[in-house]
Amino acid sequence: MRSLFKFHGGIHPASNKAQSNHKPITQAALPSRLVIPLHQHVGNSAKPIVEAGQRVLKGQIIGAPEGHVSSAVHAPTSGVIAAIDMQQVAHPSGIPDLCITLIPDGDDEWIARESCDDWQAVAHTDLRHRLRDAGVVGLGGAAFPSDMKLYSHKHQIKTLVLNGAECEPYITCDDLLMRERAAEILQGAEIMRALLYAEEVLIGIEDNKPEAIAAMRSAILDGKHQNMEAVAVPTIYPGGGAKQLIRVLTGIEVAAGMRSTNLGVQCFNVGTAYSTWRAIRHGEALISRIVTVTGNVGQPQNFEALLGTPVNELVAQAGPLPDTRGYIMGGPMMGIRLPSAEVGVIKATNCLIAMSDSLFPPALPALPCIRCTRCVDVCPAELQPQELFWFAQSKNLLKAQEYHLFDCIECGACSYVCPSNIPLVEYYRFAKSEIWAQETSKKAADAARERHEYRELRIEREKQEKADKLAAKEKAALEAKALKSAAPLPPAVEGANVSLYDAPVDADPENTMQLKIQAAIDHAKQQAAVSKPENTEHLTPQQQAEIATIEARRARIRELALSSADEHTKE
Amino acid sequence: MLSALLVMAAIAIALGAVLGFAAIKFHVEGNPLVEKIDAVLPQTQCGQCGYPGCKPYATAIAEGAADINLCPPGGEEGIHKLADLLGVDFKPFGGDTAPKPKAVAFIDENNCIGCTLCIQACPVDAIAGAAKQMHTIIAAECTGCELCVAPCPVDCIDMVEIEENISNWKWKYPVYPLRPAA
Repeated sequence: MRSLFKFHGGIHPASNKAQSNHKPITQAALPSRLVIPLHQHVGNSAKPIVEAGQRVLKGQIIGAPEGHVSSAVHAPTSGVIAAIDMQQVAHPSGIPDLCITLIPDGDDEWIARESCDDWQAVAHTDLRHRLRDAGVVGLGGAAFPSDMKLYSHKHQIKTLVLNGAECEPYITCDDLLMRERAAEILQGAEIMRALLYAEEVLIGIEDNKPEAIAAMRSAILDGKHQNMEAVAVPTIYPGGGAKQLIRVLTGIEVAAGMRSTNLGVQCFNVGTAYSTWRAIRHGEALISRIVTVTGNVGQPQNFEALLGTPVNELVAQAGPLPDTRGYIMGGPMMGIRLPSAEVGVIKATNCLIAMSDSLFPPALPALPCIRCTRCVDVCPAELQPQELFWFAQSKNLLKAQEYHLFDCIECGACSYVCPSNIPLVEYYRFAKSEIWAQETSKKAADAARERHEYRELRIEREKQEKADKLAAKEKAALEAKALKSAAPLPPAVEGANVSLYDAPVDADPENTMQLKIQAAIDHAKQQAAVSKPENTEHLTPQQQAEIATIEARRARIRELALSSADEHTKE
Repeated sequence: MLSALLVMAAIAIALGAVLGFAAIKFHVEGNPLVEKIDAVLPQTQCGQCGYPGCKPYATAIAEGAADINLCPPGGEEGIHKLADLLGVDFKPFGGDTAPKPKAVAFIDENNCIGCTLCIQACPVDAIAGAAKQMHTIIAAECTGCELCVAPCPVDCIDMVEIEENISNWKWKYPVYPLRPAA
């Protein structure tokens, strides 16, 4: 029996998992349309590479990854691209983002898939490229491109942690995935282990999921996986946080500002491992995921839904009750209120909870903080939530950072226990995004300062260069003048290299001109005197004869010209 | 009595020498406060403060020649920061100076005649183009100073407000309306 560790704090909210975990995963019906956002992952938005009106096949790339941290987006089924435009997406702001709307044609026709029977023979770089092109991202909710996390120098990563804890209430998608597809999750874990050169694989599952633990344990035995263990961890929220699970399984505490990889541990969601296997072994891109539909619905259950399925069409299959007044994406602790029921399911959509007043009563009015420090007792990051609240509320952002605001994982345990009903996490989120915005504008200001200073420098340099040039010119002119006035006038006939511009400079411009003209005439005469006919020696008798006839003709012409000139003068 | 005076005088001379040496050895060129103030200013180089750029304004503040409430692009937050830095009281914007929403310049390329006047006006070299070639704004480098708008002879430059989008969206400050108790 493995000895487990504890993390600080934690709470025990009602799990509400029993509603949805007794039914097997159902294939969701093909929706009437798919709204696929191009920015479903951390990093740069994918670039659309299809046109409206184009027919695409299932699994075809419709958004290409752009830049270092990015991931591809695919057509979840075959059909026609209806539009590429701004639409509401599953984001708390409700601001539209670029989406591709696909109208399914019902054929569900796959694009040619490159399956791979022996992935061990494939180079690691190729495997990572395949994952990037298959759009595999973290399915636990963060949606970080998985290929970026699967880098390691040999044996720097000792432990690969698969996160099957699923600590948030209501959510059961990982539970069902582990029960039904355990073997494939473990195959994916083997690929990850190879890419990371990790020694052991630990699968952390909360002990409120005995079926999943049993399924994973028997799959480990059946698949003869070495150094792999499914560990039952105590059920406590937020035991599924990456840092918390790593702490419980390995005893390693990831310090502030550090990453678990620095300490030899890498963590992936079980769904990510499953998608990795599908992508590498079968060449299937990430086009669908398991979504728990629960809350105020008639038949809470898990669906395998195509990405882009509109939330209302998916929830309709679980029979939403009439008093539903909105949807939460994710769990009740950390999830976000969807701005509309029309938005599409994205890679991070693990759960959809239909809200009703009876299940989620409206928040009670917040009362002043009484500094009871119950929040301190439950904070899994060992922060001082009451102080952070104080600083965030007064917008004292510097102080909030000093109290390690950025180590807050926004789990909501503090808000859960707060007797004054203060929405603490909302204050932390506000403070965090305010700090990020300030950082961005600070960077922009620094860049502008640099550019401005460089511009000033450049203008100064150009001025200096101009002045230097002018000074050099003036100096040269003065020197030339001094030289000319000191030396005697150059004899025009002497030497062959007398330039026109060497004519002496004189105070009287007319005189100068005349001198220049005279110099030019002299130069021409001199040239004429110097130039002689070439090739006059070693001539054959024939050439001599030719020359003689030509000379004779010339002499006659000259004579004629002279005589006619004489006649003219006589007349 | 005399010896006490001599001792005190000797100490005074020695300490004076130390101070004099320190003044020469650790002399700081320029006013370090200018750099600190300049770091707080938004670097739009727009001249709305009446000085030809952020650095001259910072110098003027450091010398006490300028008020701290003359920089609209810095917003009230900027005034707060300057007040904290200088240990003076916050002073609201006076008269018609008020911060505007952030914007970037946009050149209507159909009307641009390629005169380069805007390029010469841009304090951060954020306009690409050449004589008789179309000009365009490098939006990522534009500080929104509006200095290019006035020199354009064909009025083809507009200031476009930066709209809120997914990547620059911020969580709002939690506000809960008060309800009267039933």
